[in-house]
Amino acid sequence: MSALLEARGVGKKFGGVQALKDVTLTINAGEIYGLIGPNGAGKTTFFNVLTGLYTRDGGEVLFAGSPLRLGSPHEVTRAGIARTFQNIRLFGNMTARENVMVGRHARTGAGVLGAVFRSAAARAEEAAIRRRADELLHYVGIADRGDDLARHLSYGDQRRLEIARALATEPKLLALDEPAAGMNATETAALRVLVEGLRADGVTVLLIEHDVKLVMGLCDRVAVLDYGEKIAEDVPAAVQKNPKVIEAYLGGSVA
Amino acid sequence: MDILLQQIFNGLTLGSIYALVALGYTMVYGIMGLINFAHGEVVMVGALVALSVMKPLAAAGLPGPLVVLVALLVAALVCMALGFTIERVAYRPLRNAPRLAPLITAIGVSIVLQQLAMLIWGRSYHAVPPLLPAESHEVLGAQITELQLIIMLVAALTMAGLILLVNRTKLGRAMRATAENPAIAGLMGVDANRIIALTFIIGSALAALAGVLVSANYGIAHYHMGFILGLKAFTAAVLGGIGNLAGAMVGGVLLGLIEALGAGYIGDLTGGILGSHYQDVFAFFVLIVVLIFRPSGLMGEKVSERA
Amino acid sequence: MDQKTKAYAGTFLIAAVLAVAPFAVGGAFGNTWVRVLDYAALYIILALGLNIVVGFAGLLDLGYIAFYAVGAYLYALLASPHFGLHWPAWAILPLGACVAGLFGVLLGAPTLRLRGDYLAIVTLGFGEIIRIFMNNLNAPINITNGPKGIARIDAISIAGQPLSKAIEIAGLKIPGVYLYYYLFVVLALGIVFVSIRLQDSRIGRAWVAIREDEIAAKACGIDTRNVKLLAFAMGASFGGVAGGLFAGFQEFVSPESFGLMESVMVLCMVVLGGMGHIPGVILGGLLLTVLPEAFRHGAGPAQQALFGKVLLDPESLRMLLFGIALIAVMLYRPAGLWPDARHRREMAEKKS
Repeated sequence: MSALLEARGVGKKFGGVQALKDVTLTINAGEIYGLIGPNGAGKTTFFNVLTGLYTRDGGEVLFAGSPLRLGSPHEVTRAGIARTFQNIRLFGNMTARENVMVGRHARTGAGVLGAVFRSAAARAEEAAIRRRADELLHYVGIADRGDDLARHLSYGDQRRLEIARALATEPKLLALDEPAAGMNATETAALRVLVEGLRADGVTVLLIEHDVKLVMGLCDRVAVLDYGEKIAEDVPAAVQKNPKVIEAYLGGSVA
Repeated sequence: MDILLQQIFNGLTLGSIYALVALGYTMVYGIMGLINFAHGEVVMVGALVALSVMKPLAAAGLPGPLVVLVALLVAALVCMALGFTIERVAYRPLRNAPRLAPLITAIGVSIVLQQLAMLIWGRSYHAVPPLLPAESHEVLGAQITELQLIIMLVAALTMAGLILLVNRTKLGRAMRATAENPAIAGLMGVDANRIIALTFIIGSALAALAGVLVSANYGIAHYHMGFILGLKAFTAAVLGGIGNLAGAMVGGVLLGLIEALGAGYIGDLTGGILGSHYQDVFAFFVLIVVLIFRPSGLMGEKVSERA
Repeated sequence: MDQKTKAYAGTFLIAAVLAVAPFAVGGAFGNTWVRVLDYAALYIILALGLNIVVGFAGLLDLGYIAFYAVGAYLYALLASPHFGLHWPAWAILPLGACVAGLFGVLLGAPTLRLRGDYLAIVTLGFGEIIRIFMNNLNAPINITNGPKGIARIDAISIAGQPLSKAIEIAGLKIPGVYLYYYLFVVLALGIVFVSIRLQDSRIGRAWVAIREDEIAAKACGIDTRNVKLLAFAMGASFGGVAGGLFAGFQEFVSPESFGLMESVMVLCMVVLGGMGHIPGVILGGLLLTVLPEAFRHGAGPAQQALFGKVLLDPESLRMLLFGIALIAVMLYRPAGLWPDARHRREMAEKKS
């Protein structure tokens, strides 16, 4: 298996708080990689550092063999990492289809002149964007909601739409930030089917999740963060038995 | 005469007035995230109401400081009522409207206030009677008037009072809680509507005071005085870090100093190419530079956007 | 009638109305009102430019009039006795668009990462700076002629025919204000066309995405800085064109025409009409040009008739009503008078 993403010694400080300490981990191509940890362990911080929203304070990240320039989210997306957000960030006043079409931005190039004069190339590109958007809506199972405003979709459908939009950027790595948060059991089960389908289609997935059951059932490998440090990285079965992990979870809730 | 010191005195006087007005902007912004565009006009109303009270009282031969005090009280009451009304009519119904809507109503309120003032007080410039002691003293080679000292002192005392109010009283705590998170504050039993109304009332009282001081300082008042003053004060609030009370004061004083020194020295600095009528450019230029290098203002906290 | 026939019929109808409008209006109310229509077309161009910045990309620009000023002064300097230059309009107007666009980039590059309200105040400051410079750049070298402004600017000419002079076609005398009307309307239609095409494109979607959620837009791979700059430059260049037209039409420019109140006026056209919705913005521009004018003419006589004398200064009454109208429209129709279908749907939902 080849490494798709290697983080080496990544750190992040907020004021005096060390939110991430020397985090080193490797995500292999084609796997579903889970990142778990108690509340405030630094999962989302790591995510935001990785996707360029925060600048890191140390360490380096190699993606597909080349160093990732951090601190500019759109370049990270162009390099092939797409993400969803913990508290869903859709373009609420655009339709579901338009949301996915925006996701094609990085992979298309029509400019002002193309738009104004509707050149043949621009028209063809626009048609391709629309076609691909419809395909992706179908893929995540909300083909019939294409013309509805994003904020009128149900919670579960909004999660799916966000995944479709992320997939539109043609990611090599899809990073999902607590996709099951706020979902009921049926929705979670459907999400699981969707993510498994992604793996089958060759997309590497980084999954941050609170729902330990979902992570353990879905992921090939799991890393555990506690107080900004990685305390374990292994297959789910081994992580579950790791005494450090048990202490991080139980100790945290007892104290 | 020491020009540098002279300009510092002038700048501090002007700056204390900016600071008072800036507080009104910053308090409202801190609590509601709204630029109360009409605040400058409240200052103007304060100045003109006070003037209308001063004239007959002064003519009746009452002592100057007493007249100013009475005028200030009346102006403050009128402005507080005005501030309350503005919030009630133009902002409260729009709490959940698109972001630009309250800005447009604020502009509408400014226009209405300005035109009403013009209908009541006319287009002309009014001379403000010199009721406060204005004797000039020499300090280290520069002139400082008693009026300037009074302005600085009153502004400083008012601001100290405001800080105590916000940091030490139950009302202040409720204001800070509402600023932090109105929904949670509501759950804790804080009546956000009441707090917001009170914020407008307090800000308007400060505006009235600033109106009286600024018209005393320049010796004139007119219906159009609120606009540019409001703009400068808002600049001061942003300069200090909007939403931050101490920032508004620092920003106000700093802006006053920058303007006074800029106006005093710009001619020398540019070899006479640019003259003192570029004073306003100076203020805005500094604002732009500060915002580019420190977008949250001098004393604003650096907040990174949350994902 | 099928869809296509309907569309053609609609286009033909609009074209016919636009073509006869000056004759109808001029015949009924006099040529002063054709002049008002000319201004309406100019303001519509301006409002559509600002709509790209505020309506599409969601960037609150309170100093937009500065770009209008840049276009106007450029025209004034290059086609008046002030410098003795008499460039033709077809050369100056595109140049004005470019120079104003450049100013847009210069202002935007350092400021566009600021949060919304800060951007508003910085652009406002920028507008004031430009105005102060226009007011004071008459010494030591006289560039702008200061507060007195620049007069005797060349009228816009097409094929050697100055639009300020009436022409006769088949015995029909067409006055200059009519000619300007047609020029402005054609250009405004061009700008409408460009706006519609942009709205429905990759770039237009990127603007709206930024307006809706900037962080999510970045996560979609949009280089938000460049895309915002593009909006700024486009909006500014429309403003520059409008400014040039204004200078040629008016044959006089002075700093007074470019105050904050003008910026506010254009912003109000956009917001009152319906932000981001092109027909709404056009309506806003038309209403806010024509109604105040109608009021200016009507308020004095109306008071005379009602009370036997003029109680309130019509000018001030006009502004007063304008202010009240702004408040009322925002309170009762916060999405504008003619919002797009999405917003309309939303209003209906809220009511039910």
